[in-house]
Amino acid sequence: MPDPRPAASASPQAKISLRGLHKSFGPKVVLDGLDLDIQEGESMVIIGGSGTGKSVLLKHVIGLLKPDAGTVLVDGVAIETLGNREITEFRRRFGMAFQEGALFDSMTVGENVAFPLKRLSKKSPAEIKERVEECLAMVHLEGVADRVPSQLSGGMRRRVGFARAIAQQPEILLFDEPTTGLDPITTAQINEVIKEINDQLKTTTVTITHDMESAYTTGDRIAMLYQGKIIADAPPEEFRHLADPRVQQFLHGRAHGPITDEDAGDTEGAGKRTAVNR
Amino acid sequence: MSSIPNPDVGTLPPQAKRARAPRRLLPRPVENFLVEMGRFFQLLGRLFAWTPRPPYDFRELLRQMVRVGFDSIPVVFLTAMFTGMVMSLETFTTLRRFSAENYVGSLVALSMVRELSSVLTGLIVAGRAGSAMGAELGTMRVTEQIDALEVMATDPVHYLVVPRVWASTLMMPLLVIMADGVGIFGGYLVSVVLMGANPVSYMSITYQFMDVSDVTAGLIKAAVFGFLFSAVGCQQGFYTTGGAEGVGKATTSAVVLASIAIIIADFFLSRLLF
Repeated sequence: MPDPRPAASASPQAKISLRGLHKSFGPKVVLDGLDLDIQEGESMVIIGGSGTGKSVLLKHVIGLLKPDAGTVLVDGVAIETLGNREITEFRRRFGMAFQEGALFDSMTVGENVAFPLKRLSKKSPAEIKERVEECLAMVHLEGVADRVPSQLSGGMRRRVGFARAIAQQPEILLFDEPTTGLDPITTAQINEVIKEINDQLKTTTVTITHDMESAYTTGDRIAMLYQGKIIADAPPEEFRHLADPRVQQFLHGRAHGPITDEDAGDTEGAGKRTAVNR
Repeated sequence: MSSIPNPDVGTLPPQAKRARAPRRLLPRPVENFLVEMGRFFQLLGRLFAWTPRPPYDFRELLRQMVRVGFDSIPVVFLTAMFTGMVMSLETFTTLRRFSAENYVGSLVALSMVRELSSVLTGLIVAGRAGSAMGAELGTMRVTEQIDALEVMATDPVHYLVVPRVWASTLMMPLLVIMADGVGIFGGYLVSVVLMGANPVSYMSITYQFMDVSDVTAGLIKAAVFGFLFSAVGCQQGFYTTGGAEGVGKATTSAVVLASIAIIIADFFLSRLLF
């Protein structure tokens, strides 16, 4: 089976470049030498089972977690080497939409979307108000600015989260499981909104999900995370037909296959291998 | 504080490979305790580092002062009132046996001002406001709101912990001044109305043996207790893991640890201040 990954030598133009990323929590190895390149303006979707470390990966990209080994390059800058002040500066270029929205429940929707603008830009209150409305319109949520998050449905909360993420006009957008736990119709709406955002803003986007429908509709490229590594990486059409049995098991949602079998039988060996690595 | 919560991730990937656990140098409870203490002092370090830095969020400080101070007035009032009353009642019946009931006023006032007002107010407000801080920050942690702050270039310690801790430190002495007055008044009520003491001599004996230093020492204690319960509450909330259950645990340990900290600190402060 040919390795579907691009050659490990990073093209120098890659917007985000993850190199040999290792991360463990206590005895658990979550990322195990992960490599991935994301090009400017590309929508990259990272899939993988629950608990394979997708969120951990995303938190490395934005510097919320520091790798035990390896590096995260954004425009060629290794973010784990940045100091406190530099990382603040660096994060201005990012927008992140969290799994359940992570809206501040002590604020109204409008204040939530205005928050990054107030903290990070020098806009006047009138400009901020205008931008908030623009962003809410972009996610099709006009007229909810004065409500509080607890009055919104799950899908609406996430869209407010998107609005907050794009408010600052970031270069890079991160979506953490945008459709998890939503009904099919809301999921489709969310996917549409993400696609619109990608098309209109032309940002570099990284989405993590385990929802294949979402991956196919919103991704320019799909990568699969398994056992701390990227085991497959291809455009959606190609990805669908990859021969890797692990990918096929995931795509078709089979209860039995290499992922589940390996997991049951391989725990001991995996532990030993990791112990040696460290 | 029975387990070490990991602040970085809510749940660990079950499919992640397991390496052999490193050999333990210390028994688990000792290790947990040290980790917890380390986190506490780390948070204090960040608190002091961020306090002088702009932007200063006076609105948030004021909001927290209202929540900790103003909203606590009824409970503190009742606690101080009844403590003064029961002190008066107990000491009056005891001291009467020595024909020393003249001194009840002094005893009640000194006990309130030097000890009871600050400790009881500290414990009550820790239960009200300290637990609320644990629950609020804990919820923000498990719903990723704290991560969201960080992503939007806002230090969560600066934004959340700084106003809460200083609001508590400022408001506790004010609450204790009120508690002093109310407690003394409660004692006066019981002695004069219930036990038939002479109001004029009761009041004069109340102030006769009291020094300004007694009052200030009580207020210093109050400020320290305010700092302690808010810092402990914030720390417990800040490092919450494990969803709703974790928030419950954080809330409980915020109150329990803050209360213990207050009572221990009280002894050393008394030794230091008097």
